[in-house]
Amino acid sequence: MYTLSTCSHCKATKKFLRDCEIRYDFVDVDLLEGAKREAIIEEVKKLNERCSFPTIIIGERVIVGFKEDEIRKALGL
Amino acid sequence: MDRKQLYEMLKKTQEPKGYYFNRNKERVLELLDALITNKERYGYMSCPCRLGAGDREKDKDIICPCEYRAADVKEYGSCYCNLYVSQEWNEGKILHEYVPERRPPGKAGF
Repeated sequence: MYTLSTCSHCKATKKFLRDCEIRYDFVDVDLLEGAKREAIIEEVKKLNERCSFPTIIIGERVIVGFKEDEIRKALGL
Repeated sequence: MDRKQLYEMLKKTQEPKGYYFNRNKERVLELLDALITNKERYGYMSCPCRLGAGDREKDKDIICPCEYRAADVKEYGSCYCNLYVSQEWNEGKILHEYVPERRPPGKAGF
């Protein structure tokens, strides 16, 4: 998932996944610089035009925001 | 300025306008720390829940309190970050829905 280090919803999502013992990969986009940052922003925009956070990918699904019910459903929890 | 000073200062200025801190104080303090981080990083308190461009002019609509707070608190009882909320939201009189991003996609300066 794509996150911001400062974002409360991103922190809540990470905590939720940890509590559910779900392994996840994340990148804090606000901490990136230069070409890497630009490349990642383009990746996020392809998934979510608004480039808002967290943008979460679970299998084929893209969930924007900490929507616990949708995340649970996508994970089969 | 530390988180406690910021908390007191904002509480004093925002509550009379009808914008209350989320009753979850831990969450509020975490967000105030994030605002302080952004102040150090960009020179202004850019919204912690949005990606800033690092340019005050481009980010002016998302400097906290952002331009979207009034409409979000009116419609959802809470700002995008859940930092500022209405009294009704804090009292649980309205559903705590996820507040969708109101900032138009073209506004993001990156």
